[in-house]
Amino acid sequence: MTATGRTLTTAAAVSRKRRRPLLHYVRRGLIYLLVAVGGAVSMVPFGWAFLSSGKAPNEIVNYPPTFWPQQNLFVENYRQIWVEAPFLMWIRNSAIVTSLTLIGAIASASVVAYSFARFEFPGRNTWFFLMLSTMMLPGEVTLIPSYLIFKTLGWVDSFKPLIVPAWFGGGAFNIFLLRQFYMTIPRDLDEAAEMDGANPLTVFIKVLLPLTKPAIATAAALGFIGSWNNFMGPLIYLNNPDRFTAVLGLRYFMQGTTSAQLSAGPPKDHLLMAASIVVALPCLVLFFVAQKYFVQGIVTTGLKG
Amino acid sequence: MAVTAGARTTTSVRPRMTAKQRRRAWQGYAFLSPWLFGFLAFTAMPIVISIVLSFTKYSVLRPPEFIGLKNYQHALGGGDALVWPSIGRSFYYALVSVPLGLVGSLMVAILLNQNLHVTPFWRTLFFLPTLTPSVASALLWRWMLNPEIGLVKFFLNSVGLPSPRWFASMEWAIPGIILIGLWGSVGGSAMIIFLAGLQDVPVELTEAAEIDGAGTMRKFWHITIPMLSPVVFFNMIMGIIGALRVFDTAFVATNGGPSYATWFISLHIYRTAFMYFDMGYAAAVAWILVVIIVTLTVLQFVLSRTWVFYQGETR
Repeated sequence: MTATGRTLTTAAAVSRKRRRPLLHYVRRGLIYLLVAVGGAVSMVPFGWAFLSSGKAPNEIVNYPPTFWPQQNLFVENYRQIWVEAPFLMWIRNSAIVTSLTLIGAIASASVVAYSFARFEFPGRNTWFFLMLSTMMLPGEVTLIPSYLIFKTLGWVDSFKPLIVPAWFGGGAFNIFLLRQFYMTIPRDLDEAAEMDGANPLTVFIKVLLPLTKPAIATAAALGFIGSWNNFMGPLIYLNNPDRFTAVLGLRYFMQGTTSAQLSAGPPKDHLLMAASIVVALPCLVLFFVAQKYFVQGIVTTGLKG
Repeated sequence: MAVTAGARTTTSVRPRMTAKQRRRAWQGYAFLSPWLFGFLAFTAMPIVISIVLSFTKYSVLRPPEFIGLKNYQHALGGGDALVWPSIGRSFYYALVSVPLGLVGSLMVAILLNQNLHVTPFWRTLFFLPTLTPSVASALLWRWMLNPEIGLVKFFLNSVGLPSPRWFASMEWAIPGIILIGLWGSVGGSAMIIFLAGLQDVPVELTEAAEIDGAGTMRKFWHITIPMLSPVVFFNMIMGIIGALRVFDTAFVATNGGPSYATWFISLHIYRTAFMYFDMGYAAAVAWILVVIIVTLTVLQFVLSRTWVFYQGETR
């Protein structure tokens, strides 16, 4: 990316063309160098956390830091996090909340998207516009009253406030994503099935749903991340440590500040790093498996949205 | 962004429906009903309650007591010394992190758009921080930025630079939070959206410019940027809304400290509501934040007419 191009004459353009091989390779080399540096910056915190998670509590506080753990306590430390805290239970809680949220969100979002994509009824455009505007609504306004509503229902300290809302609509983002997808499926398919006497529910289940698998995979992949990583919700609704999700439980391994009442004793930074890696792992693995769906989902809702 | 285009197939003034149309309408509402119920119960009702609550004094234990505009007067009139500074901190965070984030994401997208070998591999590498739970990334970075033994200090010292004390100092705490936020977002969805936008820039345009003798920078400023402006706009709107609501990283990494240095408005709302159980007042502060966000968003939509260029639009 040189600034030479501003007043290129034809002659200069020709001479540039002749020099191209060398310039070309310099440019390519520079680009790869930049990409590699950027990629390294993305990965350094993980790498450092991983190295720290294999160290002994007294080695981890050394300065200047040692790089490769001297005692190599990876196995011990990664075993210790499950002993030190009810970490397995927290992971299990996260798995329950995430899977039930996902099932509800996808089931209800696809039904609602079907309604927006295939039916004409008075008020449809108004509802659709309202649905989209909820995407921009800052959660702070609904946070307090929602808490009060769930408290009245006696749902605080249960998973219900985290799961149940997902079963009623499944989120504007998912509805929009699936609706955009349904719009691309030719209506002839529905009409052919209707000719054969299928009712709208059968059309939905037998004709449309099987074709929507990619969009559902996208919604599921993004929904998994959103639910697994959710912090504010569990923070507000879950008080009993037995009910914590993995993300909420992570703070147990922290010293001082917020979770002083939870954690006492010697520094646990090595365990904190190990636990952080374990909590982040499912999302990273999921991305490797379903990368294509992530990209498609973001592009659909970002550009065509 | 052309969202409703597909939905505008029906006209609002319609003749009487046939029996079949009426049946379809009922069926449509039946399939819509889960969302409709959810919208009323979990969005519309909370909004109404929240408005009402903001005019009351309510501490959960006793029934709410109507006090008129007192909450708003208390917040805006200086009765609560934390409100304006915490709004200021959220703005500081947004004003620095959004432009840096946009430029960073665009730069990464441009790099990944250069026909690299194994682009999916690089894309994954840049995207991974986005997938990390915000709590985990706050913890990883708190560790990296440790003022005594952190890796960042080690790195800066070893190239001969002094290291800031980050979350142990007043002036470097917010930059630290910004750093965590940027790490977690530069390679994320904004970058993917930029990348898709770059791939949509018509090749004929850049080729035509090349024939006219335009160089790399000229093509970038006069073709790529205008063609990309709707995408920049979308990312900017979403970025500002998200940045003004910054919560997770600050709550975990610093919990508002040291001495209120990272006490953002969202932390103030959370504390007021769920630590001090001053629900009515917290609802009022939340509404102040919403009014700020909505005003800014509307303002950006108005201003966007001067700089956002939609393909196929004549002017």
